[in-house]
Amino acid sequence: MGKRVLVIEDEPNIIEAIKFFLSRDGWEVFTHSNGHDALEAVDRRAPDLLILDVMLPGRSGYEILRELRAQERWAKLPVLILTARGQTKDREMAAAAGASRFMTKPFSNTDILEAVRELAEA
Amino acid sequence: MSDRPRHLFVERQTYRRRRLQDAARFLPVLGIVLMMVPLLWSEGAEGVTMSGAVIYLFLIWAALVAAAMVLSLYLRDDRSEPEDSPPESRREAGR
Amino acid sequence: MNTVNLLILVCTVYVALLFLVAFVAERSAMRGRGRWLRSPMVYTLSLSIYCTAWTFYGAVGYAARSGLEYITIYLGPTIVMIGWWWVLRKLVRVGRAQRVTSIADLISARFGKSNLLAVGVTILAVVGTTPYIALQLQSVTLSFASFADAVGQPGPGDGARASTALWVAMGLALFTVLFGTRNLDANERHHGVVMAIAVEAVVKLVALLAVGVFVVWGLSGGVNETLARIDASKIGNWQMDGGRWAALTFLSAAACLCLPRMFQVMVVENADEAHLRTASWAFPGYLLLMSLFVVPIAVMGLERLPEGANPDLFVLTLPLAEGQTALAIFSFLGGFSSATSMVIVAALALATMVSNHMVMPLWLRWTGGRASVSGDVRHVVLLSRRISIAGVVALGYVYYRTTGGGAALASIGLVSFAGVAQVLPVMIGGLYWRGATRLGALAGLSVGFGLWGYALFLPSLGGGIMPQDILANGPLGIAWLRPQALFGIEGLDPLVHAVLWSLLLNALTFFTVSLATFPTPLERLQGAQFVNVLNQAGSARSWSAGAAQAEDLMVMAQRILGAPEAQAFFEQEAERQSGRAVRPGALPEPNPDFLQRLERELSGSVGAATAHAMVAQIVGGASVSVRELLAVADETAQMIEYSDRLEAQSKELAATAAKLREANDKLTRLSVQKDAFLSQISHELRTPMTSIRAFSEILRDTADVSPEEQRKYSSIIHDESVRLTRLLDDLLDLSVLENGQVNLNIRQGDLREALDKAVSAAAAEGDAGLRVLREDAAAPIRLETDFDRLGQVFINLIANARKYCDAAAPELRITTRPLSDGQVQVDFVDNGSGIPLEARDLIFEKFARASPQRAGGAGLGLSICRQIMERLGGAVDYLPSERNAHFRVTLPATAAAARPARGKPKLTN
Repeated sequence: MGKRVLVIEDEPNIIEAIKFFLSRDGWEVFTHSNGHDALEAVDRRAPDLLILDVMLPGRSGYEILRELRAQERWAKLPVLILTARGQTKDREMAAAAGASRFMTKPFSNTDILEAVRELAEA
Repeated sequence: MSDRPRHLFVERQTYRRRRLQDAARFLPVLGIVLMMVPLLWSEGAEGVTMSGAVIYLFLIWAALVAAAMVLSLYLRDDRSEPEDSPPESRREAGR
Repeated sequence: MNTVNLLILVCTVYVALLFLVAFVAERSAMRGRGRWLRSPMVYTLSLSIYCTAWTFYGAVGYAARSGLEYITIYLGPTIVMIGWWWVLRKLVRVGRAQRVTSIADLISARFGKSNLLAVGVTILAVVGTTPYIALQLQSVTLSFASFADAVGQPGPGDGARASTALWVAMGLALFTVLFGTRNLDANERHHGVVMAIAVEAVVKLVALLAVGVFVVWGLSGGVNETLARIDASKIGNWQMDGGRWAALTFLSAAACLCLPRMFQVMVVENADEAHLRTASWAFPGYLLLMSLFVVPIAVMGLERLPEGANPDLFVLTLPLAEGQTALAIFSFLGGFSSATSMVIVAALALATMVSNHMVMPLWLRWTGGRASVSGDVRHVVLLSRRISIAGVVALGYVYYRTTGGGAALASIGLVSFAGVAQVLPVMIGGLYWRGATRLGALAGLSVGFGLWGYALFLPSLGGGIMPQDILANGPLGIAWLRPQALFGIEGLDPLVHAVLWSLLLNALTFFTVSLATFPTPLERLQGAQFVNVLNQAGSARSWSAGAAQAEDLMVMAQRILGAPEAQAFFEQEAERQSGRAVRPGALPEPNPDFLQRLERELSGSVGAATAHAMVAQIVGGASVSVRELLAVADETAQMIEYSDRLEAQSKELAATAAKLREANDKLTRLSVQKDAFLSQISHELRTPMTSIRAFSEILRDTADVSPEEQRKYSSIIHDESVRLTRLLDDLLDLSVLENGQVNLNIRQGDLREALDKAVSAAAAEGDAGLRVLREDAAAPIRLETDFDRLGQVFINLIANARKYCDAAAPELRITTRPLSDGQVQVDFVDNGSGIPLEARDLIFEKFARASPQRAGGAGLGLSICRQIMERLGGAVDYLPSERNAHFRVTLPATAAAARPARGKPKLTN
């Protein structure tokens, strides 16, 4: 059984793409599309890895990440932040919130795959 | 010590002035009465002679003039009271 | 040289001397060396214009006819003068304080500066004085003729008499114009005239005394002989009409106060109130001397001169008959002086009245007050005075010519006295009674003047003027209206009768109407000023001063607080003081308590210091005239107005500042938005690009993609490319619109069709969850606009409703309505919860989404809509409403009705 990855992203097309290549790589992919109950989704799916978009309906990705990190259970969870904003400021905010990796859209599929593999092995 | 007599003096002067004003007011009344006396005289040959009438009228006339003259020498208008500043200068000061 | 020529020469020299005296006096006064011109004695002598030719010649005639009755003419003024403390003191004080220029001015000033009253008094004065001037001309002519007759030389014929009068009249007019209107002194003082009159006063007194001394000691042989002759003469027995005695004394006293010429020298020309003190005894003394030898001259004239000789000219003819030509010439000069001085002063006084109260108001009205600031008013006033003087003298001359003289000199004098005496009730009432009103004065004067004219003046003019029938039987045969037996009172002397009725009814009417009417504030103020004139400047204030102050304070307070407020305040204070309700207009006692509150009230408007100063000015009795004080109050009111304006301006400024702050806040928010713009645009562009890239890579790198997946992913790539393109289009669109570089495709069309198209286009674009309801105007609305752009706006608004309407069953109601001003309104109202208050002013800005959770577009839609509507000459607004989202599109039906594009802070990127 492969490892579990949760993708929280509001753009259905992007979810579709990520799901496509991660499942081919052997991941069990769960998806969630808004910020409101993102934490509950994490609790329910208990992923080994989280891919988190920043601009979500309801709550921002940083906010969700900060609350996750505040919980003992998810303090060490590898989190890959995806954002359409690629400025330095955004990178810093991601690091401050406790992101494991930061990637800007549009991304290369292989980059995501590599990042996911690295995070899973670490 | 010196206050009191001076105060009294001023009071007395004011009193005098008031009585002089009364006299000035009374003088024309007296004049009218005296000048209307001829109304009481009887007319005609057995009455007052013309010369008597002339003498009477001119005598009281002269007396009235004399009295008015005496009064005018002592009579001062309120405004020229010593404790007041002269009217002209006060008017100037008011502007 | 014959005697007549000598007389003419002496007269000419004398006149030249008078001109010289007047000229020197004027010169000295101008150089400031005129103190001696204004001595109490000169003042007293100037008062002697009371003694006219009527007195000089007429008194003897009067005595020859009626015994001692003539003396009443002098007793009246004597009583007035020695009683100066009662009336004259106040009259002169008022005259100086108010700077009155004539008796008409005094009456007018007392009753609220009523020009109507002034005109009335002026007419009364002119009517009463004109015969008197005629009388003077007649006396000069008559005396000249008698002189010529008596010396047995060819006297002037009728034509020459007339020309004598004309020459005299012209000379007098010239003199009066020269010295009466040399300058326009604010005090209306005429040094030259007064000095000349004083000289003439001495001449006439000395002349009369000289004749008297000649008669008593020269002809009669001493005092005792004279007295004996008096008793032996036909007037030797005491005979009198008691009514006439009293009435004439009263009448002459009244005339002394009311005659325009007396008022002129006594009040207007008064240089110093202290002079009155001297005049109070010196003038009665002068009168005494003037009348001292009247009876002896009359008696001697009756005794020595032939039967039928005119007793009015005894003063002249007696020395002539005794061969004393020099004395006769001197005597003639005395009479001449009496006549001329009277005419000069009367003309001056009347001209002042006519000019000030009749000519100038008319001129000012005629010129529309244009010249009120320029200096040429002065010139006009002088000219008007000069013309008035000439007019008054001419009137007297014409009167003399038309009546032809002849009437006994004394009778016209008394008629004139009775006429001007009609002013007395109003004058005395005005000086002593604050309740006297303008209407009362008008009514009283009218009644008095009318009765005088009816009962005395018209009958005195003799045949023709008043028909004999009316005199005998009354008008229309109504007996009790007979002019000389009014109300059936018969048997009275006509003069006493007329004086009694006219003055009685005059005073009664004045009093009654005054009681019944209410004075204006200015009248009340002036009334207080007049009645309390003696108290105002004095240190000791009587109880009456309090009322005056309250009145003054009231007037001042009105100027500052405004009339209703001040009245309310004063009434409230009066109520507080009396402890009960008061009638309107009641004034409070100015006690310290009240003054303090008033000061506080005033200080609210003018500041505490000024308020204190102003109250102190009135209460403290400082001699600032109320007129000046009111000027200050006016200025203050102007200042208040000005500061009100300033306040309004600063309020405006504050409002502007608030607006600026608001704009600044908005700009700050916009600036934050603008910062966000870049990351927004980045986000909006990257999102579709992410999908495109991701699926392109999948298609490229993945070998085993099923054909179905392949198709699906290709279409995703396609859709996202379209989305990207549309976003770029929008951005471009907005940029073009914002820079005003858009080309509009204006054409004719129907609004309903445009909406139909937009609704179906919007429906095609998204899901059909939104129900669109249409409420179109009854008549089709034709538009001339760019329908593509308008459609874009409509689609956007419909799409917005679809995106953001949060109702369970979303509905959008579209209403169209033509407006009267050529505009068309289209409302888009949905049933959702609307846009939150704080977001409303931002929704039209770029990338501002009201609610991020349902954002489908890039947030440029409304921004573009607004730009489009501005280009189309209309607007799109969000109408604040409680529950629904309500957008309103307003646009002109034709391009011509377009309103100018609204100014809007432009934020270009």
